[in-house]
Amino acid sequence: MNAGTKMALLCVLVVVFAVKGSAALELTGHAEVEGKYFLNEPMYDEQVKDSGSLSVRTELYHEWKNSLSFTLVPFYRYDNADEERTHFDIREAIFLWPRESYELSAGIGKVFWGVTEAIHLVDIINQTDWVESLDGEEKLGQPMVNLTLLTGYGTWDFFVLPYFRERTFQGSKGRLRFDPPIDTGAVYESGEKERRVDYAVRYSNTAGNWDIGVSHFNGTTREPAYLLQFDKDSNPVIVPYYEIINQTGIDLQCVTGAWLWKFEGIYRSGQDDGDFFAMDAGLEYTFSIAYLRGADIGLIAEYLYDSRKSELNTFYNDDYMIGLRIALNDVAGSEALFGLVQDFDNGSGIFLMEASRRLGDNWKGELESYIFVNAEKDALLNFLRKDDFFRLAITYYF
Amino acid sequence: MKNIFKLSGKCCFRSGNISLFIVGFVLILMPGNLLPLSTCADTHGEGENKNKPLISAEQKGLDIAIEADQRDAGFGDSMVELTMILKNRHGEESIRKIRNRVLEKQDDGDRLLIIFDRPRDVKGTVFLSFTHIAGPDDQWLYLPALKRVKRISSNSKSGPFMGSEFAYEDFVSQEVKKYSYLYLRDEVLDGRDTFVVERYPGDPKSGYTRQMVWYDKQGYLIQKIDYYDRKDELLKTLTYKNYKQYIGKYWRADEMYMVNHQTGKSTRLVFKNYKFRNSFTDRDFDRNSLKRVR
Repeated sequence: MNAGTKMALLCVLVVVFAVKGSAALELTGHAEVEGKYFLNEPMYDEQVKDSGSLSVRTELYHEWKNSLSFTLVPFYRYDNADEERTHFDIREAIFLWPRESYELSAGIGKVFWGVTEAIHLVDIINQTDWVESLDGEEKLGQPMVNLTLLTGYGTWDFFVLPYFRERTFQGSKGRLRFDPPIDTGAVYESGEKERRVDYAVRYSNTAGNWDIGVSHFNGTTREPAYLLQFDKDSNPVIVPYYEIINQTGIDLQCVTGAWLWKFEGIYRSGQDDGDFFAMDAGLEYTFSIAYLRGADIGLIAEYLYDSRKSELNTFYNDDYMIGLRIALNDVAGSEALFGLVQDFDNGSGIFLMEASRRLGDNWKGELESYIFVNAEKDALLNFLRKDDFFRLAITYYF
Repeated sequence: MKNIFKLSGKCCFRSGNISLFIVGFVLILMPGNLLPLSTCADTHGEGENKNKPLISAEQKGLDIAIEADQRDAGFGDSMVELTMILKNRHGEESIRKIRNRVLEKQDDGDRLLIIFDRPRDVKGTVFLSFTHIAGPDDQWLYLPALKRVKRISSNSKSGPFMGSEFAYEDFVSQEVKKYSYLYLRDEVLDGRDTFVVERYPGDPKSGYTRQMVWYDKQGYLIQKIDYYDRKDELLKTLTYKNYKQYIGKYWRADEMYMVNHQTGKSTRLVFKNYKFRNSFTDRDFDRNSLKRVR
């Protein structure tokens, strides 16, 4: 049982006692069954070709009369192929105390920063739950104390992050992984390892049609470097190495009519491979088509840049992303998304498709696909060159 | 107050599922009877009229719209629960539930918060709009799965939403300045004396050439609207039912019923638990509040 789990259980106990005899809790959530079908046989010895999985996420919420609230969000996934993807996490277990000019929250929380669609450079508070999805938008719960000050000149957020969460990685039987798999313990720059206390601050404001955010983070990086080592049997293993970094981020957004203009940039120092700058800038345009009974079409185009020269650091070093979203606005909420992220230099990239529709009031069906394009030309994507897949998921909401 | 309530920007690249649903509901939030249009009523022409014994049909139509608008000013804030019942031509029903909170602003458009409850897959999604008297509105969408507050662009919408027979503009465009007017006649509708006014959308992206509006003469409350499509054929009829008075002044319909004559589909919108004077402040309608609103 790790520290996060202990903390969550403690929070549950506190709530159970505090709530005793008061109003009922609100319980919601969803359960999902998914199947993944891979087009090709796996490349690496132990990998299982296809997989089936089940996940449950519930949200328990209680608010007291003085507006103090507690939210508990446990998450569990079982995966029949990859034992590393079978995992439990407390996504949230957090008290929130909102007042007129400030908000204070403490516990395990989730925070999102940023404006772009292809990648989320500025968003650094929560660790990525990498086994969940390739888009990096699924996050692990982060222990935190967060003070939000609301002033007439914008919002200030201060974070103290007392515990670090390691990124999740696929196990040896799982697809969509490096070779050899990353399944050994992490290495830290900090002597305190995962107990190093990290800090972050963010200022954000809205002025007319502009949104601006400036943030700074000091602590253990969420994005590890990868060390090639050898285990006691002289087998090669990849070990994630978490360095102490300083990262300053800016996110800007401007809305003009049907256009959204977006920019995210970060400057990070502290890593062995040197300081670097990365950005994601682009636009989003939305319009509706009267002849299609008012279907909405969204077009997204972004440019991604990373000043690091080594291909092993990031896939997105000089890439574009284009996306098309179609929302039919029908009773079933039918929607589809097509996207392509591709390198300008060597043409390596990822094509993704995602379509979903509601099946009655409580059910939803989703079809997703990732196709890797010219993957052999990119050092990182090369690991996934045989991993084109389709994913079908049925979700029940309660 | 200008109630432009356009929603288009949609959600983020990957989590769009919610967005289109939202679009569907957004419109609901801004029916004229929810978000009274008020102080921006255009009263030019009053002076001219003093010297002219005859009021033109255009002026009379405008005057009626202004009067209806002004009678609803000063409500302060409100909240209400909405149920939307979509029925297709086979009689199959789908249910939507949302809650709507409005804060009236004296020198700007109203602030609007929409909380989505049903279907379950969009539960927890929240829409926030700062409407403006002039210029585009500021709008944000909160996506609970990502904890992301996403800015969305306000853009014109003429299509139906989620199979509902309400178009976005059916709600947003009831403000005085969005139309030009022509008074047609007096008429007795279901035993009520009414003014019949034709209005023409100023927005070239509107799905309508014209709308015929029945105002009852006593309260200047809209009783019925006929919508004519771009081919000038009768498309839909909206009926307002069971007006009730709140805090001694403000009238709200309990129900709105929209029938599409061309498809045979209909949508019933039921309003419950209207509450006024909730002591809402700007703080209840800021971006930070989206993350914790319930």
